[in-house]
Amino acid sequence: MENIFDVAIIGGGIVGTAVAYRLAHRALSVVLLEKEPDVCHGVSKANSGIVHGGFHYSATTTLKGRLELRGNQAFDRLQRELGFPFQRCGILVVAFAEEQLATLEKLHAQGVANGVPGIELCDAERTLQLEPKLNPPVFGSLYAPQGGVVEPYRLVFSLMSAACLNGVELRRRFEVVASRNLGESWEMTAADGRTVRARYVINAAGLYADVVSSLFGAEEFQITPRKGEEYLLDRMSQARPSKVIFPVPSAHTKGVLVIPTAGGTTMIGPTAEIVEDKADRTTTAKNKERIFGLARKMVSGVSERDLVTSFSGSRPVIEGKEDFFLAISAKAPRFLQAAGIQSPGLTASPAIAEYLEQLLAEAGLPIKDKPSPFLPWRSTPTLRDLAPQEADRLHATDNPAWTNVVCRCERVSEAEIRAAIRQGHDSLEGVKLATRAGMGRCQGGFCGLKILRLIADELGISLEEAIRRESNGKAQVSILGGKEK
Amino acid sequence: MKALEYEIAVIGGGAAGLSAAAKCAASGRRTVVIERGEELGGVLLQCIHSGFGLHYFREELTGPEYATRVLSQASEAGAGFLVSATVMQITPDGPGHLLTVYSRQEGVIMVRARAVILAMGCRERCRGNLGVPGDRVPGVYSAGTAQQLLNMEGIVPGRRAVIVGSGDIGLIMARRLTWSGVKVECVLEIMPYPAGLSRNIAQCLEDFGIPLHLSTAITGIQGKDHVESVTFAPLVNGVLDLTQSQRVHCDTVLFSVGLVPENELSRECGVQLNPKTGGALVDDTLMTSVPGIFSCGNVLHVHDLVDFVSQEAERCADSAVRYCAGAVHDDQPGLIPLEPGDNVRYVVPNQVVAGNPHHLFLRATTILEEAVAEIRDTEGTCRFTRRLRHVRPAEMISLDIPGDCTADARGLTVALEEK
Repeated sequence: MENIFDVAIIGGGIVGTAVAYRLAHRALSVVLLEKEPDVCHGVSKANSGIVHGGFHYSATTTLKGRLELRGNQAFDRLQRELGFPFQRCGILVVAFAEEQLATLEKLHAQGVANGVPGIELCDAERTLQLEPKLNPPVFGSLYAPQGGVVEPYRLVFSLMSAACLNGVELRRRFEVVASRNLGESWEMTAADGRTVRARYVINAAGLYADVVSSLFGAEEFQITPRKGEEYLLDRMSQARPSKVIFPVPSAHTKGVLVIPTAGGTTMIGPTAEIVEDKADRTTTAKNKERIFGLARKMVSGVSERDLVTSFSGSRPVIEGKEDFFLAISAKAPRFLQAAGIQSPGLTASPAIAEYLEQLLAEAGLPIKDKPSPFLPWRSTPTLRDLAPQEADRLHATDNPAWTNVVCRCERVSEAEIRAAIRQGHDSLEGVKLATRAGMGRCQGGFCGLKILRLIADELGISLEEAIRRESNGKAQVSILGGKEK
Repeated sequence: MKALEYEIAVIGGGAAGLSAAAKCAASGRRTVVIERGEELGGVLLQCIHSGFGLHYFREELTGPEYATRVLSQASEAGAGFLVSATVMQITPDGPGHLLTVYSRQEGVIMVRARAVILAMGCRERCRGNLGVPGDRVPGVYSAGTAQQLLNMEGIVPGRRAVIVGSGDIGLIMARRLTWSGVKVECVLEIMPYPAGLSRNIAQCLEDFGIPLHLSTAITGIQGKDHVESVTFAPLVNGVLDLTQSQRVHCDTVLFSVGLVPENELSRECGVQLNPKTGGALVDDTLMTSVPGIFSCGNVLHVHDLVDFVSQEAERCADSAVRYCAGAVHDDQPGLIPLEPGDNVRYVVPNQVVAGNPHHLFLRATTILEEAVAEIRDTEGTCRFTRRLRHVRPAEMISLDIPGDCTADARGLTVALEEK
């Protein structure tokens, strides 16, 4: 008899994993289905990593405004529990023209009404004091000290790992292509024929939430990808501000930001463009010029010489709706929608998880705490943050690989990389997101092969196979002198 | 944590580090080379082609042969070696320096040294650093990574390749890939002249009929799960002409678009850099702005030939040895600035002692068939001239200046004038 899970979560982004982590505390059996080889490989991968301040939207008239603020406040506890990189560095929305001051005042009033702690309207002098790297003239700013930055991949990975440690099952490369209502449960079939049964289903499929909704005969809607390009600068860039710098927002976007990332680099972006193709991950020459131009105007020291890399990702926007779609489906039984989770989805994610848990209860699923204690997740230490004495101790007591620096740019040890591979992050991309190895200024030029060799070693495959695996088998690699295939 | 003590610590075990260590140890100084790789020799180990050593050893060697030569010189002279060992930090320590070294074998080692020679070499600029638009797909390598894959691992990365940039590694790889059965479609160079040596253009491209498109920029990389094509367009009067855009199908893209000295460690310990070279600002002893820390090889400025790296490393070693003996002072008296003038991109060193003989390395900004190198003082008086032929930005110019030429000067400028 096939096991029937209480809950199946479709999608391993920030929403899916936050729900998984929350439900892992309950007396429930939970499975998470991810179509990619790893979690955090869709929308969340290209997230800017901002923990927003709770003033961009009204907490009374929008769901996302309410959940943003509640989510923001949950981050300290989550970080204590999971150990991902997070800093409450503060957010500064800066007016670079006098006529923008009115918008700042409106945002301030909204923040006050929402109950944002410590929010402050600053004059030009105070603004420059708070952030000396701003390019004058500035006319004033809105300061939200509770805003911050987080490393999105480490956040998602640690949520997933902690959930798995506490009984949640993860099915990777499981793209749901069909569903069947069996009365008491749903049966979901993957592209490769595997099946999973669950009583309740949460649709957290990001850009593909419309497709999934349709597969279950639930609400019909259209997800429109709104693409954003980001440009990453070297950790030694002079531009790195102490706070997240926002321009005054327009009607559709918060604008191009200058972000002191939680990983120690500086990031500029994103753009916001509606695109046709959900798989579009391109960057363009036009947007590169535009982003650098805008960022340079806001913060001094922004230079293309410091460019490490660029990337893009799309926000999953529901056509005709700017708010989150969090609801019990009115059409499909025991089916919950978590769709249209665009900005500030990452900030709101702990509150989204809580909200979805309440919806599950409303839909008839009894929510009770697990009788056994929740097992704490211990994240792998990062060599970069260790004192030499501590690194030496780990070398002696745990593993000599601790003092083997594989990624020189981000200072990642062999021990961290092997641990990541064993946790299932067994591709170059997975290792990079889990450890930062290959994310630095040489972009894997020095360490890429070393990491592939470690992957091959851990998986017991050849280096050639490890390379081919990186491109779904499309790489035309061959052994020198070997026969033409 | 282990503690070790040396008179001279050399960071980097490539051509520069090994040549410097050989000279330091031969002069009787207790010397250690700290190398992060598993083997000594640096990038030479993957350069299995010949053409090395014509100036320094007066014979034609392959990269590994050259590496073996300088390694035996260093080890015969009695230098010590730490491999799989990464220097994480350099901090001041009394009159010397303290290096925090992470080693797979030994754990954390604290190395004390009176003098430090920076010889970390350089890294390749990559696709990400340039912000080349398009899809993010596998099949894109920097030329050196592809060289390592092919020469060290015996793995051919694809079937049809496009090479972006005409740096020497890219040119060498065009030939290497062709030999391995890969069709190299073309080499794209954004500048109106090649970035690599003329001999490599002839021997690696022309001999194999590989087209080199000058004044041409890559405009995108396309593909779904893997590289499928590359688009490029010519620059007309410095502006990209997208109406003449072309697409070429390929499964591999190699980038050979310049080298960057690896000076992050140097910057963190306060060494001031020259924005033109990305290398340290040095005086004529090759000492950086931090007393007792010297720099040579590709971490100081990117060289065209390894032979010049070894020569520079020897001069650097000589200074470090004299520093340990108290013969080079932290503040050298009589230092005057040496600046690049017309048609000169940079000059090394950046400060010299007037009246001493000097050895200068410089690079041109443009092609000059007949030129004169001129050194003028702050009054505009010409102190030195030398005729040069076939000046190329890709090829370093080396000048020996007799001491009497610069006596009493308060500042000097070196320029290249067209004849």
